[in-house]
Amino acid sequence: MPVIELKNISKYICGDVNLKILDREFLVLLGANGSGKTTLLNVIAGLIDYDGSVLFDGMAMDNVPVNRRRVSYLFQDLLLFPHLDVVANVAYGLRTLKRPSEQIKTKVNELLRMMKIEHLAARYPNQLSGGEKQRVALARALAVLPKVLLLDEPLSSLDAQSAKYLRVELKQIHCKLGVTTVYVTHDLQEAEEMADRVAVIQNGRLEQVGTPEEIFFYPANRSVSDFIGMPNILECDYCHSIGHGLMEVVCGGLPIIVPHDGNSIRRIVLFPHDIYVSDTKPPGPTLNRFQGIITEIETAQEAVRIEVKAGKNKLLAEMPHHIFEGLNLTKGKDVFIILKLRRIKTYEKKDL
Amino acid sequence: MKESRLVRVTWGVIPVVIFLMIWEVVARLKLFPGQFFFPPFSTVVIEFYYLIANGVLVKDFLSSLSRVIIGFCAGSVAGIVIGILMGWQNTVNRALNPLISLVYPIPALGWLPLLMLWIGINEALPIAIIFICSFFPVLYNTVTGIKNVDKGYVRVARMLGASDIRILTTVVIPLALPNIFTGLRLEAGMAWRVIIAAEMVAIPTGIGALMMKAESLLRIDIIIVCLIVLSVMCLSFEKFFAYLEAKITAKWK
Repeated sequence: MPVIELKNISKYICGDVNLKILDREFLVLLGANGSGKTTLLNVIAGLIDYDGSVLFDGMAMDNVPVNRRRVSYLFQDLLLFPHLDVVANVAYGLRTLKRPSEQIKTKVNELLRMMKIEHLAARYPNQLSGGEKQRVALARALAVLPKVLLLDEPLSSLDAQSAKYLRVELKQIHCKLGVTTVYVTHDLQEAEEMADRVAVIQNGRLEQVGTPEEIFFYPANRSVSDFIGMPNILECDYCHSIGHGLMEVVCGGLPIIVPHDGNSIRRIVLFPHDIYVSDTKPPGPTLNRFQGIITEIETAQEAVRIEVKAGKNKLLAEMPHHIFEGLNLTKGKDVFIILKLRRIKTYEKKDL
Repeated sequence: MKESRLVRVTWGVIPVVIFLMIWEVVARLKLFPGQFFFPPFSTVVIEFYYLIANGVLVKDFLSSLSRVIIGFCAGSVAGIVIGILMGWQNTVNRALNPLISLVYPIPALGWLPLLMLWIGINEALPIAIIFICSFFPVLYNTVTGIKNVDKGYVRVARMLGASDIRILTTVVIPLALPNIFTGLRLEAGMAWRVIIAAEMVAIPTGIGALMMKAESLLRIDIIIVCLIVLSVMCLSFEKFFAYLEAKITAKWK
């Protein structure tokens, strides 16, 4: 499976993109709508003209037409052939390669089994649900033994439950086949769950390429941080295990309990929407509950952001408008904050 | 399900039966102003039988039928082939489109005087008229059908390694079939309308010619028999293609 290199790629919004995708890697291209993700996929596939160079294992592919690149592309709208049943759809690529019919049959059955769609073999696309179509399209894309698999928001049209299962399966299939995979999404959680590395793309520029951890704990710049939800990143002064798989980390004077079993923690990340703010003392245990003072209130379109100084930390909390209106929060007021225990991300290593 | 089918058939038949009864009564009671020219339905049925028994109707019917089938098949095949070329290859489309746009608006019968002089009065004449009458609409529907195929499917097929010709035969043409069939279905009926007109004007054999002969002999019953044959043929040709289309695309449409 090839190493893919993009050199100085320019097309539409994308300007001078350089990116190296490793052998067998699962790379997630993460970005907002219109940021140029799909454009980059089209460039890798060779579906559009572009400036710059695409290399597979060091070989320039720029003059290789799309049907010779050994690339499989799972389009966002799937595009199952409506006039062919599931078996014929999956077999389409194999028939094109003029494989003997026995071999095609075996291969198709194997794929149907792998995607758990054997019972759908004789159906036509208009008789399939969204998730089933997704599986058929994936089976069809994998049938031709591609060297590179390109996936364009393949799960965006599915309900959360189906998407979750398919994510796991997709990851398993990737491990099994070892095909170099580029996965486009705007969903942060999807990126975190699936990626070996994430490439954050904004307005046609690669802002940061790194493991999901690197993106969350060391966002390269403001734009990346904004995109991943403006996390509060806290440096830990010291930490110690308190048993039961919990660890107490002290960050800027706040003793924060996190579920963690392992080495010392260097950084923790708290997302604004995982911090509760209350003007009255909340009931319950005092775990991860601190007092602070509101230093800033900012009303954005989707939510209200509140900056609270607690210990030496300035923490950004976020809440929906209707909750904010129910509370009596003003600048300079003493408040209580609660950090959701399970939502705190921890990072062990010191350096990258 | 069974009952709804029965109800459907009943609704198709009952109005026709009532119409025929009124016709019979009106004619028998001589209620129609020019009743001399208005035979009752029963007379028409009897004449229908005689015409079949003495072979006149069969002979004329078969000559019309063979003209329609030959002309229609040739015109459709040519229309489909050229339509596919035009829909698939933009160069062909650009080259032929202006010419076809100019010729298309001419009604098939408009060619009759010209073709009478070029071809003469023989079997080739009605076939040529039917050819023209079928060719253009089938061509247009085919071009539209091919052009309307979502380019995404072409992209997918190409991604899966298919050559242009394979994409055309396995993806584009099958997906254009519903449109092509619409053209065929409309033209199958139209061919009958045109052949009758052509035979009435220019050709001495066929259903249309029979009608003109009947007219000169004031045989209203024969004219009505011919009209019934014509109506049944238009209808059954159209239904035949509708049935074929449903048969071919039922699974995925």
